[in-house]
Amino acid sequence: MQIGCSMHWSSFSEFWAMGGYAVYVWGSFGLTALAMVAEACLVRHRRQALMRELRTDADGCVGVDGRTECGERCINAQRP
Amino acid sequence: MSGLPGHPDGSSTRTCAAMLAVARRELLLAMQHKGEVLTPLIFFVVVASLFPLGVGPEPALLQRMAPGVLWVSALLAALLSLPRLFATDHADGSLELMALSVTPLAWLVLAKVLMQALLSGVPLLLITPIICVQFGIYGNSTFILMLSLLIGFPVLMLVGSVGAALTLGVRGAGVLLALLVLPLYVPVLVFGAGAVEAEAAGLGASGHLSVLAALLVLSVFFAPLATAAALRIALE
Amino acid sequence: MTAMNVRIGTWFKYASPQYFYGLAGQLWPWFAALSAVLMGVGLWVGLLVAPTDAQQGQAYRIIFVHVPTSQMSMLIYVVMAAWAALGLAFNTRLSGMMASALAPTGAMFTLLSLVTGSLWGKPMWGAWWVWDARLTSELILLFLYLGFMALQSSIDDPRRADKACAVLALVGVVNVPIIYFSVVWWNTLHQGASVSLSKAPSMAAPMLWGMVVMVLAFWMYAVAVALARVRTIILERERHADWVQHALE
Repeated sequence: MQIGCSMHWSSFSEFWAMGGYAVYVWGSFGLTALAMVAEACLVRHRRQALMRELRTDADGCVGVDGRTECGERCINAQRP
Repeated sequence: MSGLPGHPDGSSTRTCAAMLAVARRELLLAMQHKGEVLTPLIFFVVVASLFPLGVGPEPALLQRMAPGVLWVSALLAALLSLPRLFATDHADGSLELMALSVTPLAWLVLAKVLMQALLSGVPLLLITPIICVQFGIYGNSTFILMLSLLIGFPVLMLVGSVGAALTLGVRGAGVLLALLVLPLYVPVLVFGAGAVEAEAAGLGASGHLSVLAALLVLSVFFAPLATAAALRIALE
Repeated sequence: MTAMNVRIGTWFKYASPQYFYGLAGQLWPWFAALSAVLMGVGLWVGLLVAPTDAQQGQAYRIIFVHVPTSQMSMLIYVVMAAWAALGLAFNTRLSGMMASALAPTGAMFTLLSLVTGSLWGKPMWGAWWVWDARLTSELILLFLYLGFMALQSSIDDPRRADKACAVLALVGVVNVPIIYFSVVWWNTLHQGASVSLSKAPSMAAPMLWGMVVMVLAFWMYAVAVALARVRTIILERERHADWVQHALE
């Protein structure tokens, strides 16, 4: 497999213009990148929302490291 | 026990008898509720009549549009009759009886769906020539259109039965059913309407009609299996 | 117990959501890193090294995103259907979870394939959309993905939802060969296959290699996202199990 080190473009503005097809080429690459980044963010957001929900018990106390900061009403306090 | 060759214990005759019983039941229920069978037919006529009102009465345009419009109207009419396919049987428990019977559920489903296709499709076929007159289609084109509907309508009902079984008892079943089933209807629509256009263009409809017939054979074989699987999932 | 039995037993352990959660957690960063590296290489080859096409000018470079997204849209559906078949055959919980994890990514790639295809079609064919066999069947694929996700969300019981979606996925998998062979079976506006296993490719080496590397990059990305998403799905579904409480701490 031969990949030459010589770039095909002679200037950055030529690269940016893409022979007049800049809108189409950069539009495609840009939308693809945007969609993939957005998807990764959505997956992370879904996980964080779930973690928040699972760590909050019925009384609204948030469990941190197996302990809670609530009083005796909190059922987490009774767990070993 | 007498039976067909290969099944000397009579299981084939039992299967046939069970299928005929299911088919006869469908027919009797339809006779008791004639309105339910006629509603898709009326829907078909109304929808097909909406298009000329929408696009204007220019005859050449209507003639070009007619195969597609009639096919889409038939497709929507089939879609309309799908939710009722299993819902009443599920409600009164006869679906569970069918699932528990000795005969495999797929055979019973095949009998039920084909009878429903007959009940909905025959009136549709009979009224198609009249609708064709509305669009200025006569003679050979009408014949090819009716032939394509004859072959294609059972495919619509068979493929639709899979969707009906999957959405049985689910929230928002009607619209969800349409979303699931319409992508699967696209090939039938393309070849059905395409047959008439090919005939009108002088290329002959045999190619399109052959593909439609192939789709019918495939759906007769595979759709009841998928529907039976989906019904068992819904009945759990 | 022989050593062979112990090894097979070890592998079957990962069919349990609890153990797969840990495995997926360790694996997905590697796939993400691999994807990033491959994408860097692919973009460098595709945008900087590959020469101009004689007929299409610079617009052909859209191939470096259009082909990967199209390939992935089909591949992910097949893998999703395979997981669905496994779930129906062996009645495993994890199979349904993997299929659910793959569906949104597949839908996204299908949509991107249609959009990048339109952006390529406008300068090349003069039209944003044509109703030829390949585009139409790719659009049907998008509806199949959306139907899968809609059916999943409308059935409350997760086990029933998984099985119903599995049936739907298997019914729809017949569309994938139609998309793939549509350019062979019909005269379509879409160009035919330029890469095959038996003949020499009809495009220049840097273009071909850039495309291959980008396909691999998108594949690794899809694996990484699916593994990350299935971890969340496992937690959602198994939230009442003891091991989940320990995993949260």
